[in-house]
Amino acid sequence: AEVEETLKRIQAHRGVVATMVVNAEGIPIRTTLDNSTTVQYAGLLHQLTMKARSTVRDIDPQNDLTFLRIRSKKHEIMVAPDKEYLLIVIQNPCE
Amino acid sequence: MEIMYVYTRKRSEFGRPCSFSDRPAEVNVDIPPDPSMASSFILRNPVDSYVQHTSDMSEHEVNTERVEVESRGVNHVEGGWPKDINPQEVEQTIRFRKKVEKDENYVNTITHLGTLMEHCVKQNNAINIYKEYFEEEEMVEVEDEPPSAKTINVIRDPNVTKRTATHLSWHPDTCKKLAVAYSSLEFQQNMKNMSFDSYIWDLENPNKPELVLRPSSPLVSLEYNPKDSHVLVGGCYNGQMAYWDTRKGGLPVEVSAVEVSHRDPVYGAIWLQSKTGTECFSASTDGQVLWWDIRKLAEPTEMLVLDITRKGLLENALGAVTLEFEPTMPTKFMVGTEQGIVIACNRKAKTPPEKITSTYSGHHGPVYALARNPFYPKIFLTVGDWTARIWSEEIKESSIMWTKYHLSYLTDGCWSTVRPAVFFTTRSDGTLDVWDFLFKQNDPSLSLKVCDEPLSSLRLQDNGCVVGCGSKLGTVTLLEISSGLCTLQRNEKMLATAMFERETKREKILEARHREMRLKERARSEGQGSEVEERPVESPQEVLDRARKEFFEVIEVELQRQARAETQHLGGKVKDRAGEEEAAVVAAAQGEESQLPKDKEEEEEEEKDAAKEP
Repeated sequence: AEVEETLKRIQAHRGVVATMVVNAEGIPIRTTLDNSTTVQYAGLLHQLTMKARSTVRDIDPQNDLTFLRIRSKKHEIMVAPDKEYLLIVIQNPCE
Repeated sequence: MEIMYVYTRKRSEFGRPCSFSDRPAEVNVDIPPDPSMASSFILRNPVDSYVQHTSDMSEHEVNTERVEVESRGVNHVEGGWPKDINPQEVEQTIRFRKKVEKDENYVNTITHLGTLMEHCVKQNNAINIYKEYFEEEEMVEVEDEPPSAKTINVIRDPNVTKRTATHLSWHPDTCKKLAVAYSSLEFQQNMKNMSFDSYIWDLENPNKPELVLRPSSPLVSLEYNPKDSHVLVGGCYNGQMAYWDTRKGGLPVEVSAVEVSHRDPVYGAIWLQSKTGTECFSASTDGQVLWWDIRKLAEPTEMLVLDITRKGLLENALGAVTLEFEPTMPTKFMVGTEQGIVIACNRKAKTPPEKITSTYSGHHGPVYALARNPFYPKIFLTVGDWTARIWSEEIKESSIMWTKYHLSYLTDGCWSTVRPAVFFTTRSDGTLDVWDFLFKQNDPSLSLKVCDEPLSSLRLQDNGCVVGCGSKLGTVTLLEISSGLCTLQRNEKMLATAMFERETKREKILEARHREMRLKERARSEGQGSEVEERPVESPQEVLDRARKEFFEVIEVELQRQARAETQHLGGKVKDRAGEEEAAVVAAAQGEESQLPKDKEEEEEEEKDAAKEP
């Protein structure tokens, strides 16, 4: 219930295109997009997050990745990583 | 000199065993030291001697093979599901998902991540952190860097036998694609295995052409349709015209019939501004300009013969090497010819002779490029022989401005699309020159050696920053010029207008003066003509009288001289004798004189005879 609320709130923000929750194996738990796109995002972003995290920890083992933002021409992809799950939000920055 | 030792032996002694015997030592040569030579002994100190101990090195060249890169897509398939769950079955996946959602860990994690995410989302919505703020203040800085250009891409002809890149055309919208026409312009040098293909290149991938155009004969010119970016028209080496649709592939959609096409390579093919967007026209060295509608390439819609005597005879026609058309003036166009003359024509004239409005001559060789200034349509640039010239339409006698004579031929040129006084030229020694006529007129502002072989064609992208040049071996080099040469300076338009007007006025004044001088010359020569006619009338009789007068004068002078000489000579001695002799001399003179009238009479008789005869 709380989860629902949180995700609904995020989705309601201005400019947010899609929200999804993916688990550590790449299985989409919750998504607002169609399946094939979700699967694509899940696979790619999972790998990227792993790489980013390992990069941060390589440089300083005490450090850890808290947030990942990818800004592209069309929109911004935000990834909040955790040990087991990934929360991915795609937003159109205001312009 | 051979060192020989002759050894003789009696025949009967052959085969006898050798008998060795001891012999005491004998001194054969004894050279005692000569003390007198000791004085000429020079001790050499120090003595230079060198020792080398290094490892042997040899030089090798290694060139890695070009990496062939290809873009591919990856197909993602669902995976990661635990073994017992079949991803295709909707029920099972839903069940799995529900199970996960009930997990406590899940709830906590998502709550925590949710707050974090919300913070960032709100941040994004609040202010765009990547936006360019305080932009206007940057414009105040004036960049004083020297002009430069750097190569951004090099596209080579993938065939083994290299052909010249004769024409370049940028894609009208995106400017990421470049159509290049390849052909060999050497006379009768077509090798058997030379391919006829021309290519459309995508700048993202310079290794492999995006589309291969396969005409029946190599293309000499190629142009994108500015209205429809999928259609291209090309002029072939054998005079035909062909058009392609990039959606339909590499073979031409239609080719014009050989009988009605040009008889020489089509050097210029340009699209016209029309409602249907399907009209184009072409020019070639056979002296014709033909108009076509690409929907019906079986015959041209209109034809013009480039005969400047305005009789429309093909024998007198000048061969066209380049064609120019400005969409803002749809009825007028200009043709540059092999003979160095630029012809301005009006398409809408009533009769064919009137189609040719004016000619401008000034080049010593073929006019290879012709371009109107995009800002001042009356000013146009011609490139040919060893110079580039700027002309104004009003002044027909000579160009208003020109560059100095270079050491190598100029092969192509074009104006900059952003700055009114900047233009580019390419030379046959592989150099690209950028001229800024407001800044410096003697030398190019920037001169770059692009390659070792001659550059054959040049085309500027619409944004004015990127220029592509094609060379004789088919290499197309893309250069990006520094921003100083492709951004409009503050007063530039004003200054450029002033400069062109000033030069035009100067030429007008010169032209007027020339005309005056010519009129004066003509008037003078007409006056002189009448004078010359009067003189021949007097010749027969008066020449004769004059001759006679002169003859007698000469005799008189001679007699007087002789008389004076005699009197001086004999003056001192005997006056009588002198007097006698004087008298004798005078008598002799008189005798001569009396003889003379006789001669005169004889002459007169002769004359009368001569006069009677005709």
